[in-house]
Amino acid sequence: MATKQIIHGIYSDEVPLLDACAKLRASGIRIKDVFTPFPVHGIDPVVGVPRTRLAICAFIYGVTGLSLATLMMWYMMVHDWPNDIGGKPNWNYYSAIPAFIPITFEATVFCAAHGLALTYLLRCWLVPGAKAKNPDPRTTDDKFMIYLELNDEQSKKADEILRSSGAEEVNYKGTITIEPKY
Amino acid sequence: MHAESQIRIPLILGNKTYRNITDDIIAPIEGKANRLWYVLFTISSLAFLWGIGCLSYTIGVGIGAWGSNNGVDWAWDITNFVWWIGIGHAGTLISAVLLLFRQKWRMAINRSAEAMTIFAVLCAAIFVTLHTGRPWLDYMLFPLPNQFGSLWPNFNSPLLWDVFAVSTYATVSIVFWYIGLIPDFAMIRDRVVKPRMKKAYALLSFGWGGSVRHWSRFEEVSLVLAGLSTPLVFSVHSIVSFDFATSIVPGWHTTIFPPYFVSGAVFSGFAMVLTLMIIVRKVYKLEAYLTIKHIEYMNIVIIVTGSIVGVAYLTELFVAWYSGVEWEQYAFLNRATGPMAWAYWIMMTCNVISPQLFWFKKLRTSIAFTFVLSIVVNIGMWFERFVIIVPTLCRTYLPSTWNSYSPSFVDVGIFVGTIGMFFTLFLLYSRTFPVIAQAELKSILKASGEEHKKLAADHAHH
Repeated sequence: MATKQIIHGIYSDEVPLLDACAKLRASGIRIKDVFTPFPVHGIDPVVGVPRTRLAICAFIYGVTGLSLATLMMWYMMVHDWPNDIGGKPNWNYYSAIPAFIPITFEATVFCAAHGLALTYLLRCWLVPGAKAKNPDPRTTDDKFMIYLELNDEQSKKADEILRSSGAEEVNYKGTITIEPKY
Repeated sequence: MHAESQIRIPLILGNKTYRNITDDIIAPIEGKANRLWYVLFTISSLAFLWGIGCLSYTIGVGIGAWGSNNGVDWAWDITNFVWWIGIGHAGTLISAVLLLFRQKWRMAINRSAEAMTIFAVLCAAIFVTLHTGRPWLDYMLFPLPNQFGSLWPNFNSPLLWDVFAVSTYATVSIVFWYIGLIPDFAMIRDRVVKPRMKKAYALLSFGWGGSVRHWSRFEEVSLVLAGLSTPLVFSVHSIVSFDFATSIVPGWHTTIFPPYFVSGAVFSGFAMVLTLMIIVRKVYKLEAYLTIKHIEYMNIVIIVTGSIVGVAYLTELFVAWYSGVEWEQYAFLNRATGPMAWAYWIMMTCNVISPQLFWFKKLRTSIAFTFVLSIVVNIGMWFERFVIIVPTLCRTYLPSTWNSYSPSFVDVGIFVGTIGMFFTLFLLYSRTFPVIAQAELKSILKASGEEHKKLAADHAHH
């Protein structure tokens, strides 16, 4: 069992925050999380956030939507009950394909957009009734926070870096006990 | 830090801090409504109630209560549907297309423009669900197995494409809007003190915390949704225009309809955004964020789309003459000189001539003039749809079927009702929702804030 110290480094500007993040990482300290009121550009590589794969998900959902729409229209218009409407027969799929393009497109967008949105919400666990994830309510207004969970030795080093880089406050929020992984 | 050229006019005026932005956006939510708000709310909800009355009357006695007749079967109702759905297009255009083009001025207007989109699409939905005559059977529009054997809806029909396009558009717009709202609801949740409000906004904010990973995903989702919404917004009004263009009615059967309808939709949508934003900036004192420059940018979009619409009108006339098809020629002659020529000339004046006045810088930077013109444009765009539908159907192939048209009080009532509903919803929205995407606005404060730009300029001189 390891006991770790929870530290909140509070900043009122994003420039010293980025500076502190870079210094912390350079001295081998893992940044657990950073909370900001708005998306700070260029922060991801500094904190070490890998690029999200949500766009790939959207593509897969889009392909799913496209396939479902194709299957649906083939089944309904060609397989189950083919009709000759206005001299435009539906005896096979490929000859009637121009008429199917609009709905194929709409279904692709529908599935890609909703699949993406749902995946995003669940991946971040943004659901109705979820507890607020920011430890300090000021971080949605005008404060920026570096959230650290460190052992005693690293805590001292981090404290120094946070204060020297212009943190307004360095708050110690108790300890957390981490069960070792077997 | 992204630095912006000094040539660009600041998008946030005054010496604002992050805290100031929070305070300014939350003020209408925490504060009490003024008398003007109550007056507007009373008027619009009364109009809404009248609309509900006429709507119930229609459902009760059938669409015989409308002015539509045998020849003119698409009349006032479809005019209103196309008008509302067109108004809706500006919201998605602002939030999606301008995001892809990295137009930062969108940030002050996208939230309200998207809200307007959703309310406009709701209004449009009333007309399409009602025009079927038996709205309780509208589920038959969807591809469900039904009681008549395995007879499916006709996927070759643009009317069915419309069902898919409009429902995709409505739901995707709502999702796009809500994903952007989550961080702003979280800001309100963390700021308000009344326990009941705190609870409500905690529920709405889905537990957002502003973690760096979540912001990273948030930006990716916004970008991908913008990429998906951009072709979507073009497809929706193209498909609406297919409802007309794939028919064989003279005056409707033209290939320029999709681009013509899309630019008309953007034209009227931007006009409606201007109408609303000019009121909002005044009532909620948001002049520092919704600046004259924003109004000017929107007016430039109005010149461009208005000119496209003007060219489309002239092209239609030319092609009708050049085609040598007498029916086609007569359709346009009838619009311009027939019994409903007044509608045609209102359309021409409002849509072709009036937006050209915005070439004068003095006019396009005048708030009062812009406000009046934004209403003129929407009157013109309503008449555009009316002219396309009604005079055309009054005089089709067979003179024996020629007809006239006048709306009944029920037609007018439902239309006024949707305007009431639109403003009722918008007024409620403006008192409970963050009307500006404050998180996004904070991200451009340092690059585009007036005071920050001044500091950067001073710094460069020394």
